[in-house]
Amino acid sequence: MELKKEEDLSLGDSVLVTKLDTAVNWARSYSMWPMVFGTACCGIEFMSVAASKHDISRFGAEVVRFSPRQADLLVVAGTISYKQAPILKKIYDQMPEPKWVISMGACACSGGFYDNYTTVQGIDQIIPVDEYIAGCPPRPEAFFDSLIRIQEKSNRESILEKDRQHDRDFKGFLDA
Amino acid sequence: MHNKVYEVSHEKVRETILNLKENEDFTLLLDVTATDYLNYPGHKAERFAVVYILRDSTFKNEVIIKTMVDDETLTLLTISDIYYAANWGEREVFDQYGIIFEGHPNLKRVLNHHQFVGHPLRKDYVITDGQICTETEDLMDEMRPLLKQKGYEEDEVMLLNVGPSHPATHGTIRNLLAMEGESIVAATTEIGYLHRGFEKACETHTYSQIIPYTDRLNYCSAILNNIGYCKSIEDMMDIEIPERAKFIRVIVGELSRIMDHAVCNAANCVDLGGLTNFWYIFNPRDEAYEVLSKLTGARLTNSYTRIGGLSYDLYDGFAEEVESVLRSTEKSIDDALSLIARNKIFLDRTQDVGIITEEFAISAGITGPNLRSTGSPRDMRQDKPYYHYDSFDFDVVVGSHGDVYDRMMVRFEEMIQSIRIIRQAIKQIPDGSIITDNRAVALPPKDQVYGSIEGMMNQFKLVFEGVKVPKGEYYSSTEAANGELGFYVVSDGSGTPHKVKCRPPCYYALGAYSKIIENTMLADAVVTMASMNFIAGEFDR
Repeated sequence: MELKKEEDLSLGDSVLVTKLDTAVNWARSYSMWPMVFGTACCGIEFMSVAASKHDISRFGAEVVRFSPRQADLLVVAGTISYKQAPILKKIYDQMPEPKWVISMGACACSGGFYDNYTTVQGIDQIIPVDEYIAGCPPRPEAFFDSLIRIQEKSNRESILEKDRQHDRDFKGFLDA
Repeated sequence: MHNKVYEVSHEKVRETILNLKENEDFTLLLDVTATDYLNYPGHKAERFAVVYILRDSTFKNEVIIKTMVDDETLTLLTISDIYYAANWGEREVFDQYGIIFEGHPNLKRVLNHHQFVGHPLRKDYVITDGQICTETEDLMDEMRPLLKQKGYEEDEVMLLNVGPSHPATHGTIRNLLAMEGESIVAATTEIGYLHRGFEKACETHTYSQIIPYTDRLNYCSAILNNIGYCKSIEDMMDIEIPERAKFIRVIVGELSRIMDHAVCNAANCVDLGGLTNFWYIFNPRDEAYEVLSKLTGARLTNSYTRIGGLSYDLYDGFAEEVESVLRSTEKSIDDALSLIARNKIFLDRTQDVGIITEEFAISAGITGPNLRSTGSPRDMRQDKPYYHYDSFDFDVVVGSHGDVYDRMMVRFEEMIQSIRIIRQAIKQIPDGSIITDNRAVALPPKDQVYGSIEGMMNQFKLVFEGVKVPKGEYYSSTEAANGELGFYVVSDGSGTPHKVKCRPPCYYALGAYSKIIENTMLADAVVTMASMNFIAGEFDR
C-alpha cells in the first residue's frame, strides 16, 4: 500500500492538542452539579437563582439534584443549627472528590444575627468552605459571582493532586 | 385595648378549659406557652405561668387562660386529649421551660436536639450557651408505641427515613415512616432543624430591633410578619396608625400573600413533576421582588413596617408597576391552570389525596388556606377585620374536600382575590403621613434631630432604650399567608420585651401532618406536604 503524502495525513482542525488537566478542568468547571443544602430564606432566594429570570443554566450549573453522591458543588443556603450540623457533615462527607463549598448568606458564613444557643456561628466550624457570600439573603447576582470564582478555582486544579491541602488539614468540631 | 387574661389556679385549669370547649364553643386551641417571671419587676408569686390561648368557632373572640405553676412540682395536667394541637404545644413548653404535663402521651423535646441539657427560654439560661449535637436520634421511642398500637411487629414493616435533607421536606423536616409496601402504616415527624432562637433573641433586643427577626419567620411573605408583629405592639400601646399607612400595609401585605401562595403552588407543581409551572409562576414573582426592593431596599427580607407606621412612602410610579405585576400574575395563573386544571395525571395525583376533615383541622389548630380548603370559611380578614378589610369587596375562598387539589385551588383563587383587594386599595389610598407623629414611638424627622436638642434626645432615647411599652401581656393576631399569625407579648414596662411568643400557623399544621398521611401512599405524602406550605422559619422559629 502506498503511503499518502504528509499533508493528506493531517487531520485538519478536528484535533486539539492540550494538557489533560486543562481538558478535565474545562469540562468540570462548566458543568458544576450543585447540591443545594437549602434550609432557610437563602434557599428561597436560590429558587430565584434557578428560575428563568436569573437562570443558573447560563453557567452550566442547572443540574440541581438533591443527591450528594452526584454533586461536586455544595451550596449551603441558610442557617445551620447545632441539630442540623451532623447532617451537613454527613452530606459533605458523602460527596465525591473533587468538591467545592459555597457558604451562601450571613447565617451560613457566621451565624448572622442569630448569635444564640442554637445557631452554629459559621459552617466553617464544621466543613471547609471555598467561597463566602455576604447578604441576608444575597441577591442572585452575588451567587453567580461566587459561582464564577468557583469555576476559576476549579480551573487551577490538577488531577494528580488527589486531596486538596486545606481539606486534608481541616478539623471541625464534629471531627473526632 | 387590652384583652382580658383570666387567671385560674393550677388545679382548676384543665376543668376550665374543658368547660370552655364543651359549653362556650372555644373549639380552637391557638397556642400554649409559658412565661418565666424571674426578675420581673414586682413579681412575688410562683416563677412560671402557663398560658393557653383559645378561639371560638366564629373566630371573633379569643380568651387567654393563665395559670401559675407550682414551683416545687412544675407540673400541670395535660390537655392533649382535649385538643390535638396541645400535643406539640405542650411539648414545646416542656422543651423551652421545663414544665411537665402529666398524662401527655409523649412529652419530649421538639425544637432543641436530644443531647441538649437545660431549658433555653428560662431567664437564667445564657443566650449564647450553644450545645453541640453529635448525632441524630433514631426516633424509635416514638415509632415503637405507634407500631404496637397498630398491631405491627417491628420486622413486619420497612422503616424509611425521609429528610431532613430531602427535596420534598425542603431541608428541614424529618419524617420516619413505617412502610408496608408503598403504604404508610405509621409516621412520626421531627422538627427543630431550623430552630434559631427567635423568642430568646426577642428578649435581648428592643421592640424595634425585633422587626428584622420577624422577616425571617415566614420568609416567603416577610411583610405579613412585619405587619403582624407591629400591629400587636401598636394594639398593646393603643396607637392608631395613619390611614395611609393602613392602606399601604394592605397593598404590600396582599402582594406578599400572592408571592407566598405562588411559592407554595410552584413548589407543589415541582414535587408533582411539573417543572413548567414553576417557571411560569416564578416570573411575576421576580417582578414583584423588583417592586419590593425599590420600595423597601430588599427583595426578600423587607423589614418594611415600623411600630406606628411604615419606613418609607410609596415611590413615584408604584401604582403602575404594581398593576403590571398583577397583570403578569393573572397571566401566570391562567398559564399554570391551563396546564393542570384539566390534566388527568394532575387530577389523579391530587384529588382525594391527603384529606383533612374540618373537625380534625380545628382540633389540630390548623388555620388559613389549609382550614378553608376543608370548607370552613374562617378568615381573620372577614371575621375580625382590621385595616378596613371589611370595606373591601373580596370573597373568602373555600374548598369542599380538604384534599391536595382543594388546597392548591384555594391558593390560586386567593391570589386572585388578593389582586382584587390591591386594585381597590390603590384607588382609595389617602394622602397624609405614613407614620404616627407620637414621639414616644416614632423617630423624629431628621431636621429636628440635627436642628434641635429635643429632637436629638428624642432620637437617642428611642434608639438606645427602645419604645417603652406599658407593663402587661397581650395577644394580637392577623391573617398571614399560612393562617392565623399571633404574637403574645409580655412587657415589663421597659424598651425590651420580657417575652415574645409567636403563634406560627404552620407549626400546628405540621403537628397534624403525621396523622394526615397515615394509610396513604408514600408519593401522596410528598404532595400532601408540599400542599400544606410548611415554612421552616415559621414552625421552628
